[in-house]
Amino acid sequence: MRRYIVRRVLQFVPLLFGMTLLSFLIIHLAPGDYFTQLKMNPQISPETIAAMERNFGLDKPVLVQYFYWVKNILTFNLGESFAYHVPNAFLIKERLLNTVALSVFSIMATWMLAIPLGIYAARKKGCWQETVLSAAAYVGISLPSFFIAMLLVFLAARTMVLPIGGTTSIFWTGASLWEKFVDYLRHLLLPGMALTLAGIGSLYRLMKNNFLEALGSPYILTARAKGLPPVLVLYKHALRNAVNPMITIFGYELSGILSGAALVEIITNWPGMGRLILDAVLSQDLYLVMASLLIGGFLLILGNLIADILLVMADPRIRLR
Amino acid sequence: MRRFWQRLWKKSKPAGVALIVLFLLYATALLANFLSPYPYERQFREYSLCPPTRIHFIDSQGRFHLRPFVYGITVVNPAFKRYREDHTRLYPIKFFAEGRRRILGVEPPGKIFLLGTDLHGRDIFSRILHGARISLSIGLIGVSISFLLGLIIGGVSGYFGGRLDTVLMRLVEIIMTFPSFYLLLALRASFKPNISSLQLYLLIVIIMSLIGWASLARIIRGMVLSLKEEEFVMASRSLGLSTFRIITRHILPNTFSYTVTALTLSIPGYILGESTLSLLGLGIQEPYPSWGNMLSICVGNLRILTLAPWMLTPGLCIFVTVMCFNFLGDGLREVMDPRNW
Repeated sequence: MRRYIVRRVLQFVPLLFGMTLLSFLIIHLAPGDYFTQLKMNPQISPETIAAMERNFGLDKPVLVQYFYWVKNILTFNLGESFAYHVPNAFLIKERLLNTVALSVFSIMATWMLAIPLGIYAARKKGCWQETVLSAAAYVGISLPSFFIAMLLVFLAARTMVLPIGGTTSIFWTGASLWEKFVDYLRHLLLPGMALTLAGIGSLYRLMKNNFLEALGSPYILTARAKGLPPVLVLYKHALRNAVNPMITIFGYELSGILSGAALVEIITNWPGMGRLILDAVLSQDLYLVMASLLIGGFLLILGNLIADILLVMADPRIRLR
Repeated sequence: MRRFWQRLWKKSKPAGVALIVLFLLYATALLANFLSPYPYERQFREYSLCPPTRIHFIDSQGRFHLRPFVYGITVVNPAFKRYREDHTRLYPIKFFAEGRRRILGVEPPGKIFLLGTDLHGRDIFSRILHGARISLSIGLIGVSISFLLGLIIGGVSGYFGGRLDTVLMRLVEIIMTFPSFYLLLALRASFKPNISSLQLYLLIVIIMSLIGWASLARIIRGMVLSLKEEEFVMASRSLGLSTFRIITRHILPNTFSYTVTALTLSIPGYILGESTLSLLGLGIQEPYPSWGNMLSICVGNLRILTLAPWMLTPGLCIFVTVMCFNFLGDGLREVMDPRNW
């Protein structure tokens, strides 16, 4: 198992290299001379430009600049934000935690809801319960995540049940650790719910189909024939085999979750990576855009790695290969 | 065509209905000028955030009118956007009320806002009809470009194999390691913000196609890899056909049943991509409407959101369109699946 994981990690190294190259090229092959534009900007002090020139080799050819940039990334220097006048790494670190919290929360909520619902629908196949659930899933799949977020914000504004925007309430400074945690969670609930609702439909459908397929397979017939109790047949034999392909799906879904999270963050005003990259794009803060893009890709790779490890743990067939 | 329709209808009623609805949606987009009561940029400043106008058949005296009518609108409180129906002024809804060019309307000074007005007092219904042109067309154009790219690159990569294949597939992998939203924004950032509307429209299409081709190319490559071992490919090669012809005429058509389904199911992605960019102020710019930029004012603006929930109707339009394409795609998958024939 360890060998498998090490091999997967090594496979990601060239991918990481490609990622840095692509994020760099996207920004630098753009029409217009970015560096001249920087010098023209009165908000950026000559000292900052001189420092960047030194660190990033901005006056050198594009390819050389790339190596400067990679060298800086390896030492966690992602440049300085022109809009905020602080190091980008600092900005990203602050936001990254919130995005990860939101994504993890919604992944957990989605899975914990979608899997039982999928099993339930599969067992009620043909009954009205399945029809209702599947129709709801269809609506959920078709509703854009930003629209769900808007509707929830609208509802929250009307009912005043949940706080909208930010991560903390006003009383934050005087609160105990536990109170802080609860407060953070309360703020997380609105974007978290939006993201969960956006993702639950497709996962539910997959789970239902997988479970139905598992129920129809010969080993279930065998298990039933040898007189195993139905609970055991369903939740030991069928469930395990139905969940397995879902873990593979997790890697694919992750891209959507991260994108959705960024968008939902913007709508619900949750200070995460989404807001950061949007602000960076709007203020033409290109080094921050580059860094955010890279971090987004890195998150995705990390998530895929976790999915791989989970799959190895869940499926002995891969472990033995 | 007729046989296709019969089979689709037999396999899946929702897909049939979805196809009809989509047809109607595209028709309304085409006829937007004719069907909308007002031009999309026409501002009625005094009626900002006015709620949807109610259509009546029975007036305040209890008399029935065969021709539906609307009441005049009185401004009760311009600061809090309160409006009231004025029961003394009654405007019947007429065909061609404002000249020959618009089918429905009321005689001025009556106003008909079927879905209310936005902050500048522009009729949301008219704007939705015009916005449909952008939002609906961008999906089709974007999908065509990225599928052309995906088919050609996937086909070439799978057919030739070797180093070309390795390079192309690494590129695909790298593109797919970025969350698409981040990539969308980063690509948008690298272009100057101040360009004309048409350029912007093309830019959005190109950006989305640049992201979208990757996943398709990978799947097509896989299919081509197995198809190129088939005997008909050997036959056409021994007949001396050019490689281009073999790929485009013999191999790619065999991926058709998959491609059509995937194409239908990926159109919503383009519609959502455009709305997302426009929603964030990076896409189609005012005064031209798109379903995305009509929603942009609601982002982070709780006052408008609670005061005028009808501002959210473009979101419903996106939802209906996306759902129709999903239904159609699922239906097509069943029709195209050879196991179902």
